[in-house]
Order: sequence, then C-alpha cells, then structure tokens
Amino acid sequence: MNMQTTIAGVTFQNPVMTASGTFGSGMEYSEFVDLNQLGAVVTKGVANVPWPGNPTPRVAEVYGGMLNAIGLQNPGIDVFMERDIPFLKQYNTKIIVNVCGKSVQDYVDVVEKLGEEPAVSMLEINVSCPNVKEGAIAFGQKADALYNITSELKKHAKQPLIMKLSPNVTDITEMAKAAEAAGADALSLINTITGMKIDIHKRKFAIANKTGGMSGPAIKPIAVRMVYQTAQAVKIPIIGMGGIANAEDAIEFILAGASAVSVGAMNFVNPYATVEIVKGIEDYMKQYNVESLTDLIGAVHD
Amino acid sequence: MMKEKVTAVVISQVEIAPSIFDMWIETSLAKEAKPGQFICVYPKNQSTLLPRPISICEVSEKKDALRIVYRIAGQGTAEFSKYKQGDSVVVLGTLGNGFPVEEAKGKKVFLMGGGIGIPPMLQLSKEIDADTQIIVGYRDNKLFLKEDLEKYGKVYIATEDGSVGTKGNVMDAIAANALSADAIFACGPMPMLRAIKRFAAEHKIPAYISLEEHMACGVGACLGCVVKTKEVDHHSHVHNARICTDGPVFEAEEVEI
Repeated sequence: MNMQTTIAGVTFQNPVMTASGTFGSGMEYSEFVDLNQLGAVVTKGVANVPWPGNPTPRVAEVYGGMLNAIGLQNPGIDVFMERDIPFLKQYNTKIIVNVCGKSVQDYVDVVEKLGEEPAVSMLEINVSCPNVKEGAIAFGQKADALYNITSELKKHAKQPLIMKLSPNVTDITEMAKAAEAAGADALSLINTITGMKIDIHKRKFAIANKTGGMSGPAIKPIAVRMVYQTAQAVKIPIIGMGGIANAEDAIEFILAGASAVSVGAMNFVNPYATVEIVKGIEDYMKQYNVESLTDLIGAVHD
Repeated sequence: MMKEKVTAVVISQVEIAPSIFDMWIETSLAKEAKPGQFICVYPKNQSTLLPRPISICEVSEKKDALRIVYRIAGQGTAEFSKYKQGDSVVVLGTLGNGFPVEEAKGKKVFLMGGGIGIPPMLQLSKEIDADTQIIVGYRDNKLFLKEDLEKYGKVYIATEDGSVGTKGNVMDAIAANALSADAIFACGPMPMLRAIKRFAAEHKIPAYISLEEHMACGVGACLGCVVKTKEVDHHSHVHNARICTDGPVFEAEEVEI
C-alpha cells in the first residue's frame, strides 16, 4: 500500500499537511504529535519584516467553527530562517513555507531568501488572507492581479509555487485558471470565508477587526465543492482544505480532486487530529483494497 | 512540563453561587499543576468546538485531582455545569506559566481576586510562603470560596453593593483597611488589573497579574490571545506576547493593558 502523493515533483510520504496559521512552525504541536508522521508542515505566513497583527479579540467561536482575524502576525523572514527552519529540519517531513506581503516586492524578498534554503520544498503564496488591509487578498480576488503576482514570483522562486486561493470570489475556477496560466505549480484551497459575529449582550463586534475568516467543519461542504470545481477546471495539483476534522473528511477532499489535504482549525479542537487522519486514511485504503493513494485522487466525477 | 489532552472523570460538582460552579475532576494532569496555570475544557457538543480555558482553583492533596470554579458564560460552560459525578470530561493541560510563587518568599503580599478571577488565588494561597493578605471582590453577598481562602490568610472583602465588607472594589478594600504589601498577585477583570498596575507602579512594588483573552488553541500556535508588551517579545519579535503560553501571568509593568 502506497500513501505517497507527488505535487510539482515533490513527493510527500502521505497526503496530510497542516493548514497555514493553525500550526505555527510545528514547535507547539510537536508536544502532541510526531511531526515525522506528517506529509508536510505548512508554516504560518511569513513576511519580509515582523508584522504585529491585529488588535484583540482576534478569535471567536461560531456554530460548527470559528472566526479569526489574527492579521498575519509573524516574526519576519530573518528570524524565521534562523529559528523555525532549523527546528523543522530535525524532522523527516517536508517543509512548505507560507509567504505573505503587502506589495509584490515584499513577496519577492521573502521568496528570494527562501530560495537559499534547500530544506524548504515548496512555497505557498498567501493571496487570500481576508484579515489584512493591504496586500494578501487584494492579489487574490482579481484574476489579472493574481496572474501578475504569480508570474512575477515565478521569475524569482527556486521552489515550486502553490497559490493559496480565497473562496471569497464569484468564481474560484477563474482564479485557479489565472494562476495556472501564470505558471503556478499547484493550488491550495480554500482559505477562510469572510464572516462576522456580533455579541448581542455587549452590542459589539465579537472580533476587533469586525470581520474574520471562518473555518471549521461548518465550511467543509463549500470547500469540497470548490476543490471539485477547481479540479475540473485546471490540470495543476490541488491541496484541499476547509473544515477537515477526520479521515473521512480528508478522503472526501481527495476523491473530489485534491492530491493532498491540510488540517486547520481542527488542530485546536484535537491536537492529535493530523496523525489520526494519516492512520484513518491508511485504514480506509486497507478496507477498500486501495493500493495507491493516487488511485483515490479525483476518483469521483461525472 | 508535558501537555496532554486527556479524559478526566468528574468527582463532584456543585453550584456555589448563582451561575458559579465548583467541579472537582480526577486527572493525571494534577501531578504537575501549579497555581495560576489553567486547563482547556472541551465541550462535547460538536457545534461548540473550541476548548474553554479555565483556571485551576485547587490541586488535591494527593495530586490526583483538580478543582475548577467557573461561571456560566455561554454554551460550553453551560454544558459543563450539567456534568454529574462519574461523567467524563475532556481536558487539555496543564497550560500557561503560573504565578512565580518564589517571588513571594518571606514577603508581605496581596493576593487579589475579582469575581471569577478569585479561584486561582486558592491554590496560590496554599503554596505561597509569605505574609499573605487576601483581598477579594464580589458583586454582592453571594460570596464563594471565602471559607476556603480563610484557611490560608486574612481575607478582606469588597462588594459592589456594599452588602459585605468594604463597599466598592478591591482597591477600596486596600484603602479602607490601610493595607500594604511588597508584592501583588492578582487575577480579575481588566479594570481591576489596570488599577493594580497603577498601584504597583506608585508603590514601586512588583505585581504579577493573570490575564485572559479569547483563545483558540491554548498552546501558543494560533496567536489568537495576545497582549501588547512594553518590550519586543522574545518569541513573536513584535510587541505581542501569547497569553496562553508566555502568560497568563505577566509582571504588570511588562504589559500594556
């Protein structure tokens, strides 16, 4: 039985990854899970300089999920390369670094620095964070802007590029096609869905940023639908995410067309979720005599 | 210090004041629990997914059980309040740094708790080796944990409605009783902690305050629960520290509250 999956020439021991921003750089959750068992750790977004993020409250619970507006707080690429990369290098898992910026040049600076680090297998470009005022989602909601940043970053990147797409668009397949046309090596979707919660007792927004990105099991059907539609629209591989809580959810994404999956908010609910999902996918493959995980990718379609 | 998510068993639960519940749970997490640390309690209802951070009120003599005293604040805590003896309860712990008990040794200290910030003062009062004055503030005469605290120090009470002790808040109780200290340990609502920060600065004494904020992960990964810091934080490299892991206890002068 083979659980490997290959994306843009990078082979992962299994398809289970961590969704950016929910797993730091793995340090905190390494107390709970053996990072060696994961397909990849996808890090929290990192920018060219430290970002302070948004005021608190930054998180709120909603029915079947949560809202967050962290605002991409991060220590900057220099600290990240001195501290977080060496930590992750100790493990037998692939490293995917999520990159954020306010301008194209910000992204270019980070992408170039990461190009010097061969331990980083892929770069995931965050053009879909709904919680920062400049950059990020501004590049991910218009097909021409997404095309431009993707093609620019492709000129500077040494590693394959994953463009992380926002669900907060009219038609995600248009965005996917623009990224593919510009040379993106893979796509990841979905980022969080913009939401709002009002505290009726305090008569205030539950989150200081007013809006936050919704994640958690409640968004899963939307994410599965978008992964399926995108898989029908492009040829590049997809990393699927959005409310994955267990192996059944992960398999659903794979059958819809994802070559790998990321576990996000559910890490907060179950710190062991990632490794339990690896085991659960293995059990499913045994149960149905699936010899290779690749046989499941996109297996459900018209 | 090991962090673990475990299934504990409810030993007992009683409502000790309106909407305030006192639950003992049997758990291995008690072994290393320190005053000022907290645990995350997970609702079983899958529509309320996130763990609820609740401070440790007391650790059993044999270190095999934890006591939490919490107020019903929403659906999660409402669910917990219905747990009966023998029920299971899923918890993650022990979390956070706890109070620096050693800083109190041989000193005259205030342990100050306001409302649902009172519970962590109990285990602290048991472990602290100091001349302890316990100052607690309540809304009204529905007092809780008063008898427990009286075993470990002189207790001064303030109530907002003046029904017991000094009318007003914990700061009013300090003034009314002309109390003084070399260090403060406190947990309570933000206005109280701000007043304590000012008081400590005026008197040039250290104050160790326990903060709270909405959390998601509880283990330092999500960056949801930050507090502004005076200096650039060693981990974040910005003026933000994580309350769940760098705190919840901070020296008051280090945080901008």
